[in-house]
Amino acid sequence: MEMLLNGLSWICLLSGGLFVVAGGIGLLRFPDFFTRLHAASVTDTLGAALILLGLMMQSGFSHASVKLILILGFLFFSSPTAAHALAKAALHGKLTPFVKR
Amino acid sequence: MYIAGIAAVLVTMALTLARAFMGPTVYDRILAVNSFGTKTVLIIALYGYFTGRPAFLDIALVYALINFIGTIAVLKFFEYGDLGRDRPSSLDDI
Repeated sequence: MEMLLNGLSWICLLSGGLFVVAGGIGLLRFPDFFTRLHAASVTDTLGAALILLGLMMQSGFSHASVKLILILGFLFFSSPTAAHALAKAALHGKLTPFVKR
Repeated sequence: MYIAGIAAVLVTMALTLARAFMGPTVYDRILAVNSFGTKTVLIIALYGYFTGRPAFLDIALVYALINFIGTIAVLKFFEYGDLGRDRPSSLDDI
């Protein structure tokens, strides 16, 4: 049981790190603001959730897990909200989305 | 194993920082800084587990709250040019 939990925690941490790096590469290389926003916000939510889930498996039922759940819940709501506000502000600021010509 | 997670988050922080310096528009910079803040939360949590002091999670929680408030405040400033004004009642001009 201990080993299974440890392995699952490994998998969660590594895949979370992979998603986070993918989001960083997308943020650096995509051609315009809206595509970058898409790359960053979507992978941010999943990567952060996976990393925090991996940490949660390490500590089991404890105070640390409750704090991790609080961080996870807050990130889960605040990250898409910030992305939406950014997109709205960019549209308001006369930034036009990139379209294929 | 925490080292792998910390390394991944550090690489991502370098990439977001590059975008924050390069970013052609101000929104790119705000996006990069917001993303950087989320990564900071993750790295604080990971580092706390790495050194065996999970009390670091309190700092991560507070950082998550401050990061969100800061992003929204800067966005509102750049969108309306003012922090005190109300939102426009109609959204026709978007």
